[in-house]
Amino acid sequence: MAVSLPDENFTLQATGRVARRQAISRASKWVLLAASLIGVVVLIALMTDTVISGWSRISWSFFTSYPSRFADQAGLRSSFIGSIWILSLTIVFVVPIAIATAIWIEEFAPKTRLLEFVKLNLANLAGVPSIIYGVLGLAIFVRLFGWGSSIIAGSFTLFLMILPMTVIASQEAIRQVPPSLRQGSLALGATEWQTVWYHVLPGALPGIITGVILALARAAGETAALIMIGAFTFIAFDNTSIWDSFTTMPIQVYNWTVRPQEAFRQNAAAGILVLMVVVLTFNTAAAALRERFRN
Amino acid sequence: MSEAPTTTPATEATPTYEGTATPRPTMSRKSVGASQRTAPDRFTPPEPAALEVRDLSVYYGKKMALSGVSMQIPVKKITALIGPSGCGKSTLLRSLNRMNDLIPGARITGAVDYHGHNLYGHNVDPVEVRRRIGMVFQKPNPFPKSIFENVAFGARVNGYKGDYNELVERSLRQAALWDEVKDDLKKSGLALSGGQQQRLCIARALAVSPEIILMDEPCSALDPIATLKIEELMRQLAKDYTIVIVTHNMQQAARVSDYTGFFLAGEAAYGQLIEYGPTEEIFTTPMDPRTEDYITGRFG
Repeated sequence: MAVSLPDENFTLQATGRVARRQAISRASKWVLLAASLIGVVVLIALMTDTVISGWSRISWSFFTSYPSRFADQAGLRSSFIGSIWILSLTIVFVVPIAIATAIWIEEFAPKTRLLEFVKLNLANLAGVPSIIYGVLGLAIFVRLFGWGSSIIAGSFTLFLMILPMTVIASQEAIRQVPPSLRQGSLALGATEWQTVWYHVLPGALPGIITGVILALARAAGETAALIMIGAFTFIAFDNTSIWDSFTTMPIQVYNWTVRPQEAFRQNAAAGILVLMVVVLTFNTAAAALRERFRN
Repeated sequence: MSEAPTTTPATEATPTYEGTATPRPTMSRKSVGASQRTAPDRFTPPEPAALEVRDLSVYYGKKMALSGVSMQIPVKKITALIGPSGCGKSTLLRSLNRMNDLIPGARITGAVDYHGHNLYGHNVDPVEVRRRIGMVFQKPNPFPKSIFENVAFGARVNGYKGDYNELVERSLRQAALWDEVKDDLKKSGLALSGGQQQRLCIARALAVSPEIILMDEPCSALDPIATLKIEELMRQLAKDYTIVIVTHNMQQAARVSDYTGFFLAGEAAYGQLIEYGPTEEIFTTPMDPRTEDYITGRFG
């Protein structure tokens, strides 16, 4: 039996070239960490600044007051209600149409060049600047259909804007469902629709919901498109109908930012805080729902 | 190919086959009384035919995958399809219940007769076909639902009006899984072991009362103990159902099946039925030298 004798120079610690490679590897981890932190640090810096400016304005009256010429009396009431109205109406249209489109594209459409053309265009539309959708909405919904600068015109405009990204997210979710599940279902004599309804959709639902919530978060912060269709910045009443003119929180914030008085900037900061909370809630809800459905 | 003679091995002419110059020695050619095969791939089982494949060729786009297969699958027996990878046996299996239709570009020529009707006829609905000819896949694929829902699903979508509890129990018993899961049918199907999952897939196939069950390498993803259980289950099921199994495991085919078909893809890369007959004959006295080479492990 051979036994290796102890050698004075034998060591398992890193030396020479190995030591240098290890040092580079360790350093790279720190570099990557620093890069990741840049985004977080910037966000924290911006938030701190906003909180300092706007915290004092957050109060119950801020939520229950209409906009006003006087900064300390101006509030988010009408814009908050307007945002809720327009987002609710947008969801009602987006969810069924986006899901139906995604199902059609992924499950039922014959694989022709026309389909590839549609998919390409969908991807392109998702990248079109939102103000273009605003111009489209102005021409068609506000003027051509004669709906004026109403909530329904705004909803349809937002619906068109977030539809491509929602369809794409739903497509991704549907594609995640393994083909073996579909085969198992079809082999039992289920029709294609039954397979989609009982297996594909439930499996894709977490991804679809996440996509919808993220699209809504996008719509919640949309300013340019809604300004284009004529959302007013001074609404002093609660919305009660989809034909009402309206304003939304981002537009209100924008309006306050461009006022000369310093006090309005504080209002703007407070408005931004509220918007951030809304968007954060959306995103957290999306994450939580996804986790729950996964189990 | 020479006929199956009853002469002694030493004096008969040894047949050659395309592609070799050297004739190979063959095994004893004593014909077994029951089959009297005249040619390796021309064999009609004595039992009535559950499925009759008539000159079936399968194409994926322009490429031919399977060429001119004709065979009869006998009722309530186990028929095995064996052969090396890529020889078209899984393609044939999938065409027996029109699962091949799902592959884009797949088309067939020829026919598959079931109860006298061509499965690929004009007004035939693939959904109806699949209800009567079920399939179990290579990798167990239970739905991410409870055990109960897994078994009940097929019946639900086919509009079963009876007692679901009774149906689920009956199917699980037939699949030899009832005793292991009866205490908790609400458990997810995915929480079972591999062998149990496969038996669950068999149970849900049984729940729609098919006449024929197709199994595509059902044990290849399982450990040996689970494999033996499933083989035992197959023999049990063959009393009531016709079973067609694709397997790359020759010993399994020899253990389990009543009839065996051997497939091979030639240089042109399309599969053909080389030999078909009673399992015992195929494995002891094959007619075609290629069959003999395969079962003795010279290739594959």
